Amino acid sequence: MRYLPKSPTDRATMLEQIGVGSIDDLFRSIPAEYRLTGDLKIPPQMGEQEIVSLFHAAADRNANGYASFLGAGAYRHYRPVVIDALVQRGEFLTSYTPYQAEISQGTLQAIFEFQTMICELTGMEIANASMYDGSTGAAESVMMAARVTRRSHMVVASTVHPEYREVLRTYAQHQGLSKQRVGYGPDGRIDMQALEAAITDKTACVLIQSPNFFGVIEDVAAIAELAHAKGALLIVSIAEALSLGIVRPPSEADIVSLEAQSFGVAISYGGPYCGVLACKEKFIRQMPGRLTGATVDQQGRRGFVLTLSTREQHIRREKATSNICTNQALVALMTCIYLTIYGKAGMRELAEQNLAKAHYAAQTLGATPGSKLLFANSPRFNEFVLDTTEAPDVLNARLLQQKMIGGLPLAHWYPELRNASLWCATEQNSRAQIDAAAAVLAGKEAPALVYV
Amino acid sequence: MAYPNSYHYTREHEWLQVEGAIGTVGITDYAQNSLGDIVFVDAPKVGDAVEAGKVFGSVESVKAVSDLYSPVSGTVTAVNQELDTAPEKINTEPHQAWIIKVQLSKPAEVDALLSSADYEKFISEEEAKQ
Amino acid sequence: MATETVTPSNTTASEAKGSPFVGERSKVSSHISQNEGLIFEKSSPGKKAYRLAPLDVPAVNANALLGKQAREDLGLLPEVSEIEIIRHFTRLSTWNYAIDLGMYPLGSCTMKYNPRVNEMVARLEGIADAHPYQPESLSQGAMRVMWMLQECLKEITGMEAITLQPAAGAHGEFTGILLVRAYHESRGNPRKKILIPDSAHGTNPATAAICGYQVQNLKSNSDGMIDLAELEHLVDEETAALMLTNPSTIGVFESEIHKIADVLHSKGALLYMDGANMNALVGKTRPGDFGVDVMHLNLHKTFSTPHGGGGPGSGPVACKKILEPFLPTPVLVETPANTLTFNYDRPQTIGRVRMFYGNYGMFVRALAYILANGPDGLRQTTEDAVLNANYLRSKLEDVYELPYKTATLHEVVFSDRRQARNGVKTGDIAKRLIDYGFHPYTTSFPMIVPGALMIEPTESESKEELDQFVDAMRQIARETEENPEIILHAPHATRVSRMDEVAAARKPVLRWKPNASVSEAAASSENPPLVPATAAKEY
Repeated sequence: MRYLPKSPTDRATMLEQIGVGSIDDLFRSIPAEYRLTGDLKIPPQMGEQEIVSLFHAAADRNANGYASFLGAGAYRHYRPVVIDALVQRGEFLTSYTPYQAEISQGTLQAIFEFQTMICELTGMEIANASMYDGSTGAAESVMMAARVTRRSHMVVASTVHPEYREVLRTYAQHQGLSKQRVGYGPDGRIDMQALEAAITDKTACVLIQSPNFFGVIEDVAAIAELAHAKGALLIVSIAEALSLGIVRPPSEADIVSLEAQSFGVAISYGGPYCGVLACKEKFIRQMPGRLTGATVDQQGRRGFVLTLSTREQHIRREKATSNICTNQALVALMTCIYLTIYGKAGMRELAEQNLAKAHYAAQTLGATPGSKLLFANSPRFNEFVLDTTEAPDVLNARLLQQKMIGGLPLAHWYPELRNASLWCATEQNSRAQIDAAAAVLAGKEAPALVYV
Repeated sequence: MAYPNSYHYTREHEWLQVEGAIGTVGITDYAQNSLGDIVFVDAPKVGDAVEAGKVFGSVESVKAVSDLYSPVSGTVTAVNQELDTAPEKINTEPHQAWIIKVQLSKPAEVDALLSSADYEKFISEEEAKQ
Repeated sequence: MATETVTPSNTTASEAKGSPFVGERSKVSSHISQNEGLIFEKSSPGKKAYRLAPLDVPAVNANALLGKQAREDLGLLPEVSEIEIIRHFTRLSTWNYAIDLGMYPLGSCTMKYNPRVNEMVARLEGIADAHPYQPESLSQGAMRVMWMLQECLKEITGMEAITLQPAAGAHGEFTGILLVRAYHESRGNPRKKILIPDSAHGTNPATAAICGYQVQNLKSNSDGMIDLAELEHLVDEETAALMLTNPSTIGVFESEIHKIADVLHSKGALLYMDGANMNALVGKTRPGDFGVDVMHLNLHKTFSTPHGGGGPGSGPVACKKILEPFLPTPVLVETPANTLTFNYDRPQTIGRVRMFYGNYGMFVRALAYILANGPDGLRQTTEDAVLNANYLRSKLEDVYELPYKTATLHEVVFSDRRQARNGVKTGDIAKRLIDYGFHPYTTSFPMIVPGALMIEPTESESKEELDQFVDAMRQIARETEENPEIILHAPHATRVSRMDEVAAARKPVLRWKPNASVSEAAASSENPPLVPATAAKEY
C-alpha cells in the first residue's frame, strides 16, 4: 500500500522488539468472535490514475458548462488562484488545531487576522475562529442569546433561509426554546407590525437574515430598536457575505452569524463552508467556538494563542457553551486570503458589480412577458424573486435545454409564492447569459451562448 | 498563608466571614493555589438568592473552571467588582479578595462550617492523599 | 530567544565537561525563519491584488439602489499586492508544524498522512462547482460519490444505515444522540440520562447536555475499562444510552463489549460508540457486529481528510435499522432505474442538522482514500497503526510509567509520575519535544490518567521516524533527571517561547487595532481590554 512507509522486514523487526510472533497477537484483546477473517466488501485497491479517472467520470455526470442563476445560500463567485496555492501548503493543510502555540503561530496569526476582518465587515467587536456553517451558526447564536438573556422564547423571521430554520428547529427542540415565526410584508421585508407584536419581555432574541432569503435587505436599525425595547437580542444572519462590501453593516445587532462561503470558498455541492459568529464584546463568555488572542512570549515578543478556552467542551464538559470542537479552520483561512486579495477597495468594487448584474438581470427578466419582479422597490443585493405565469419547473426545464439553470422554485417553502422562483446574478453571470435567459423566458429562441 | 481564625470554611474551599447578618464569601489560599493564575470570576448579581452547599458561580484559570459553593443561604447584597478587572487579587490576597456578600437567611448554618483549625487539618489530609 | 540554553545541533553539551546533560537533537537543525507582521501593517491605500473583468451591464448607483442601506466604507480591510499576499501567508505557514514535516503523535487525533490525490479530485471542476440546488439529473455524479462512500462506511462499520450530514465529530455525536432520543420518544419515553465513562472526550458530556440529557458519570475499573458491575448498577429504564469510546482513550479494546451491549439492551438502552478511535479497528472488527447501535466516524481522523489547522471535519453517523427512520433529511436513495434521489419525506426524522448535505468536499477525499487502500490496504493500515503504538510502548515503558498495563491498540498512554518527581510535568515534556523536532503528544488527557502522555503515532510513521521519536523521548527522560531546568523552559528553538496565556485570558485582545501595542494591551493590567495603547513600538 503506497501510503504505508514500511517494508516487511521493518514489520518483522518491530514485532520482534514488541515480543510477539505475529501482528494478530496485538489484536487478541478483541474477542475472537468479532474479529474479521475475510476482506471488507469494498472496491479493490486502486492506483492513482484509476482514482482520478473515477472522479473525472463523476464530475462529468454533473452540470458542466451550464450557465447558472442559483444562489439561495451557496453563491457562485470567482475564486482567485492564489487561495488554493496557499491553502495547499502542507503547513496549513496538514496541521492540527493550534493548541501548541509555539509551533502554530502561522495558523494563529491568520485566525487573528480573520477575526479582525470579520469584525470590520460586520461592525461587531469580536468574532470567533469559525463555526461549521451559516445554518448551525444561526442555531448556536439563538442558544447563546438564550444564555445571555436567560429567556427561552425566540422570534424568527420567515425570510431566514428555510434550511437554516430547519436546523434551528433541530437544535432548539431540546433546549426548551419556544418559537414564534414572523412573516414578510408586501415589500419582502419582515412584517414590522407583526414583529412588534411578537416580541415580549420573555423574548430572548429576534433572528433575521439580511439580505434575507429573497435577497431583500432588512432595516436592521429599526428591527434592533424593537428587539432592544423589550430587552431581547437581535441576531442577524448573513448568508451572502459579499453583500457586506456595499451594504451597511448590521452594527445595531447583538450577534451576527455569517456564512462566509462567498469569500473564495468552492460551492462544492454544499460544503465545507465557513460559518462565523461575531458579537458585542460583553457577550464573550457566552460565545461558542474557538478564539485567538494576542499576547506576548517570555521575552515580550508578540504572539498568538487560543484563549478563553474555559468556555469550551474540553474543559467545561457538560456545562460548555457548545459541544463544537473541530471547526472550519482551513476554510476560514481561504476567506481570510480572499479578503486580503480584494481588500478595502476590491470588496466594494466587486460588490458593486454584483449589484449591477443583479439589477440588470432583475430588470431584464422582470420585463419579459408573463414575468413580474416581486418586492421590486425594496433594496436588494444579488438575488431577486421572479413571479412567472409559467410554472417554474416547466420554465426551468426549457432553460435546461439551453444549458441554463434557472432560479430556485420557492413554492416548496413558501406555498403562497406558487409560481415564484429565486434568482441570483453575480459577477460570474455575463450579460449574454442574462439576455439568453430572458429570451427563453419570453418564449423566443435563445441566442447561442459561447462557452470558452 | 495563615487561615484567619475568625473565618469559617467549607470543604469546597470557600471562606466565610460573618459580621452581624452579613456574610462575606471568598476562596481560600489552598483553592487559589491549586487553581493557579485566576483569569475570571463569574459571580451572581446583587439580589440573587444563594443556597448553602449549592453552586453560586465559578472561578477560572487558563485551563480550569472551578465551581463556587455557597457556605450559607441568603441574598446577595454586594459583588466585588474589583475582580472584573483584577481577578489576580484572588491569587495575591485570597483572604481579603472577597467575591460576594450575603444577607444570611439561616444564620444557624454557620455552625456547620469548619473552623480554621479544622480546615487546616482537612487540607493536610487532602494533600496527603495526593 | 533564550539562546543560553540552546545547544548547537552539531555538538552535544555533554561533551563540555561538567555541564549538565542536554540531549542531541538529531532530527532538526535551526534555520532562518522570516519575520512577518500582520497583514494590516503592510496595507497602504492604492495597492491592489485583483483586477475585475470589465462590467458588461450598465453600472449602477449604489446609493440610489440601496438608500440608507448603502455602506460607506470597509474600515481596516487591507490593501496589498499579490506578491505580498503570497509572501505573507507563505511566511506564516513556515511557522507551523505539520504532518508533512514529521510525526504528529497527538493521541485521539489520528494525525495521518493526507494524500494529495484527495485534494486534486476534490477540486475537479464538475465537483467543486456543483451547486447543492442544481437539478438532481445534473448531480448524479456528485450523488454517486456520496452513495459509494455511504456503502463503504456501512460495510466498514457493520452498520445498516448512515447519514453524511454532520460537519464534524461533535456534530456527529449530536446527531447520533438525537437519533437515540427520537427512538426512545417513538416508544413513549425519551428517557433522562446518558452514561459517560470518566475516560471520555469532553465533547461527549457537552453533547448529551445540548440534547437535553443529564450526564451520569461512569467510573472506569482498574484496567481503565468499563466496570460492568457499576454499569449494571447504573443502567435503568431512564438510561437512554451509554456513550462509549472503543477502543477507549487509553487505547484499550473493551473486551467485554458484548456484555456491555447486553446490559444496556436488557433495559432498553442503546449503545453509542464514539468512533474517534476507529483507526484501531478498520478491517479487523466491526462495531455493528459487536453490539453498537449508533456511532459517528471522523473522516478527518480515520479517513485521511486534512485537519487544516482545526477543520473542516466531517462526522458521518452510522446506525442500525431501528434508528434509520429518524435520520436527518434528506436521505439519499437509489431508484429502480439506478439513479439517485434525495428523499425529504421522512415523517419521523430528527430534522436537519446542517444545511445542504454536509461537508461534501470531505466525502470526496475520504472516498478517494478508501479506494486507494481497498480492503487489504485498510487492514494493513490498521495493523501498522497498532504495530507502531505497541512498538513505542515497548521502547519507552522502561523510562515512562505505564499506568495501565492492559494490551493497547493504536495509542499508548504513559504518565509523568516519574518525571514529576523532578518537577517536570507532561506539558513540559511536550514542549521539550518541540525542540527535538516533533509535535507534542496529547497532554493531560484522558482524565483518568493524572499527568497523561497520550501518544498515537498512526500508520504513517516509518520505523526510522519512530526510532527518532523514541530517542528524543529517552533523551528528555534523561534531561529530566540531570537537567530539568532545560525542560521547564522549553521550547528553546522556536521563533517564540512560551506564551503568556494568563495575560491573554485576563485582558483579551481578539482583533487588531491600529496603533495598539499588543504587548502593552495584553501584559499591562492598567489597560482595560481592547482599548488601544498609544505606543506602537512593539511592532
